[in-house]
This record gives sequence, structure tokens and C-alpha cells, in this order.
Amino acid sequence: MRLPIVPLAHLDDLWFQVTGTLCNLACTHCFIRCTPHNRSFGFLDLGTIRRSLDESVPLGVKEYYFTGGEPFLHPDMPAILELTLRYGPATVLTNGTLFNDEILRRLRAAEDASPYSLEIRVSIDGYRRTENDAVRGHGTFDRILCGIRQLVEREFMPIITVTKTDDNQGDADLFDGFVRLMRENGYTRPRVKILPTLRIGAEAERRRGYGTEERVSMEMLEGFDQGTLLCNHARIVSDRGVHVCPILIEASDSRLGATLAEAEQPFALTHQACFTCYQYGTICSNPTSQSHDV
Amino acid sequence: MSECRKIAVFGGVYNNHLALTAALEDARRRGADTAFCLGDMGAFGPHPDRTISILREHDVQCIQGNYDNSIGNELPDCQCGYTDPRDNHFARISYAYTLANTSLTNREWLRQLPAQRRVRLGKYRVFMCHGSPRRTNEFLWESTTSTHFLEHLCRNYDADVILATHTGIKWHRPLADGRQFVNVGVLGRPENDGRTNVWYALLSAESDFQVEFVPVAYDHERLAAQMRSENLPGEFVATILSGWWTTCLEVLPAKERRRGRY
Repeated sequence: MRLPIVPLAHLDDLWFQVTGTLCNLACTHCFIRCTPHNRSFGFLDLGTIRRSLDESVPLGVKEYYFTGGEPFLHPDMPAILELTLRYGPATVLTNGTLFNDEILRRLRAAEDASPYSLEIRVSIDGYRRTENDAVRGHGTFDRILCGIRQLVEREFMPIITVTKTDDNQGDADLFDGFVRLMRENGYTRPRVKILPTLRIGAEAERRRGYGTEERVSMEMLEGFDQGTLLCNHARIVSDRGVHVCPILIEASDSRLGATLAEAEQPFALTHQACFTCYQYGTICSNPTSQSHDV
Repeated sequence: MSECRKIAVFGGVYNNHLALTAALEDARRRGADTAFCLGDMGAFGPHPDRTISILREHDVQCIQGNYDNSIGNELPDCQCGYTDPRDNHFARISYAYTLANTSLTNREWLRQLPAQRRVRLGKYRVFMCHGSPRRTNEFLWESTTSTHFLEHLCRNYDADVILATHTGIKWHRPLADGRQFVNVGVLGRPENDGRTNVWYALLSAESDFQVEFVPVAYDHERLAAQMRSENLPGEFVATILSGWWTTCLEVLPAKERRRGRY
């Protein structure tokens, strides 16, 4: 059988699985089942990150992204972002519950000293307490809002990242609900990004996994703009090596090499999560960085 | 490849025919030998055919932006790729108006524009594009584009200087080995700084490469009046009169967004 293979057009986005699979929360829709006890992937140390950043320069990487787990469980996270902002723009995906004055003071200073943006994406999954807490855990709604207010006080404009955990809810309703909630919390110019769920990991048990027909075929790639697929322009560094994308790190074939250069090889879209990326387009990237064929 | 001494380069006219006329006059006064437009003639402002007539009459060397590709090929939308419902609402109004008011002859003219141009400016090989050399609608913002990415583009496209527009905000970054990247800004709307002027870039390379961003004051109140009489949204008119962007904000990165009012 011929496989739908996607080459790496160019390494635009370099991701870091900075805290492995360790998270202070245990969301029921997490596609890699991160929890306070999941140490199957470990932390990246500053030296490893520095080596990858150095390797990324001659490759012409455009932007850097940090995810976990929860990145701010890493004691060196401010130093990691300070370093990265000397190389290029940085985005960090967080649940927003672990900020303190010292962290935020350093992040503000790091962005101010850099020509590049520091984007902070805060995940929250319902504009009502009950909806969010059902997915992210009891009491998290209030803690996340507190984190957002702390960010706003420090003049950050976080991208409020919402996973659509209820298929029956319209995007416009979600969007309006979050804009209202943010304004009530002093975030007057909210930025909101709505994402689909990935039906793997914990989410496969919370609702359902993928149906047998939900996969990418060779025919589906014909005439398709592969630039909308993350594997076409990104790779992610974990403590095990370099993988194809942040969604698939647990898959055995996702590790493509020990270095960025080794991981430039193409990838076959045999995983069903690839179907979601195919359907919705580069869901992991920031709105400022999306483009497609004209 | 044509050779130039001093060039005026702008993008994103967005139907702002009054600013276009003012910029061309200013560039001529300052001794530019050729004017280049990096695309996105339509959107936002009034009377699209007026802008295209001026560009053709003055023999401005144009390339095709995503908007021009859409209007020229009568596509369903402008290919800006918004997901924010509010941004999409205003993008649809602007696109429907521009398409309906662009003549068939001008649609054909937009359709045949090249996606890129190469010229020689002194000793520099200049590559002109709309968004980026590889994608017409790629945003190259100052705060989200690493220097080594731009150097990679120069290497890949055999260019000493890359000129682009598309974002709506000008910037310049010198690169290694004397190479340069310039986002030339746009003439169509002010750049979200509370001032009503717009910008173009004047480039020369008699010895070293030089770029000057030139502010263009024009009769923005007259443009606003024309926009109102064409029933264009009050939000667009407010931008022309205030200098603050009111729409299409979703694509702004943190640093650029923070500088604005909305």
C-alpha cells in the first residue's frame, strides 16, 4: 500500500517538549495524558535547549514554541525563554496556574529586551466554571482566570486557547462567551483561538476515539495544500530526541532522529490524529503565522 | 533584470487612490526613477478602479498580492485566512465591495500580474514579493520573524535584498553579509499608531544600501467622505480618521498588537 507521505518543506517552527509529560493538572481531554505523575517523558535542560537553538540558526528556523506538560513546572522556564528570545520569537503553551510575580517580571523584561514577541497561550475550556472544571479539574477555572489577570497586569496579551470539548456548541457562541468573560476579568482586547479536540490519549476515553474511516489517504493529499500540516514545517525536541510533531510524541515512529538535521526526513501520515490536522489545518500554530497556497 | 538607481516601493493600496497619488508625486519629487507596488490594490477603501487606473497610467511596476489574485480570479474570499468571526465579517464586506466595483478589464489586469519581480539596485540583487518569496500570503512581522529565517530566504532565492509588504506595518532589518530585508509598509491605511499618514519606502544603493521610510500625508478626510458615501463600514472610516486599526486585528503578534488601541 502506498502511504501518504509529507516531506519537511522547511523547518519553520521548532517546538520543545520542555517538561515532558508532567503537568500539575490532569485534563480529561489531554491527547498525551499528562498528569502530575506521568514522567514517561522528562524535562529538557537548558544545555539541550541551547544546543537545539544553535543548530536551528543555520537551518533558518523562524519561530520557537514550548509545550509540555505544563512548561512552568520547569524551574528554568524564565531562563529558557530569556535565552530563546535572543534567537527568535517564542510562544509558550500554559495552563496559566503557576505564575508568580518573579516569573512574570522576568518574562516582561525578556520580551521588552528582545525585538521578538513572547506569545503566551493560556488554555481554558469553558467560559462557565462548570464546563471548564469538568475537563480541567475542580477549581481550575478560578485559578486560570487569576493567571490571566496577572498576565494582563504585566501588559501581556495572552492568546486564550479553547479546546472545543462539546461538538454541539457553535464557534461563534464560544468566541462571544470567552470575549465577554475576558472583558469581565479586565482583559479588554482579548485574543481567542478555538481548537478541535484530538481523539487520542485521554480524549479517546472521555468521548470517543477516531472511526476507522477517519484517516488520511494518498488520494486526500492530491492537490491538498500540505503547508497547512504541521509536519510539513515543524519538528519537536523531547528528552528522547526529535519527533515529527507535538501531537504524536508517544507514537513509536514519531522519533525521527537525535538531531534536527536527522529529523528532516519525510513522515507518513498513518496516524488517525493526522486526520484532525488535515481537517482543520495547522491547529498548533499561532494565528499570526498561518498562511496557505494562493 | 532591470537596473535601477533610486526606487520608490510600496504595497497595500487598499483602494486608497488619494494616498497613491500623493505618494507618486512625492516619489517623483525625491528623484525616484521607478515606482513599484507589491500588491493588494483593493480592499478597505472606495472606488477600486480609480487605484488601478492610476497605477497603469503612471506605469507603476506591480506584482500580485493575495487580494489581487482573489479579485482577478473572482475567488470567494480574499485569502487572508482569518478565523476570528469579527475579522471575517469585515473582510467579507470589503471583499464583496471591491469585487463588485472592479471592472472586468481591471480584473483581467490583476489576474496577469507577476507574483514576484527581480531588479538590480546598484550592486544589490533585489527580490520583490508580496508576503514572502515562498508564499504570497505569508505574514513577515518584525516581531515574529527571526533574522536567520530571513537569511535563509536570501540564500534560497539568490537575493541580497528582499522587499515585501502584506502585514501593513513597515520595518527593516540588516542581515549578515550586507543583505537586507525591508517590509515597505502600505499606502492603504495608517499603520496603527494613531497618526493618519501612510508610508512608502525609498531605496537607493549608490554606494551602500539605503532605505528611507517616507511618511505620506494626504487628504484623508476626503477619503473618509468617499468611503461614507459608498456605505463602507464606519469601522474602516474610523481607522482612516484616527490612525488606529479597528479590524483585521487577529493576525497581529503580541508586540505589534500592544502598540495599537484596539
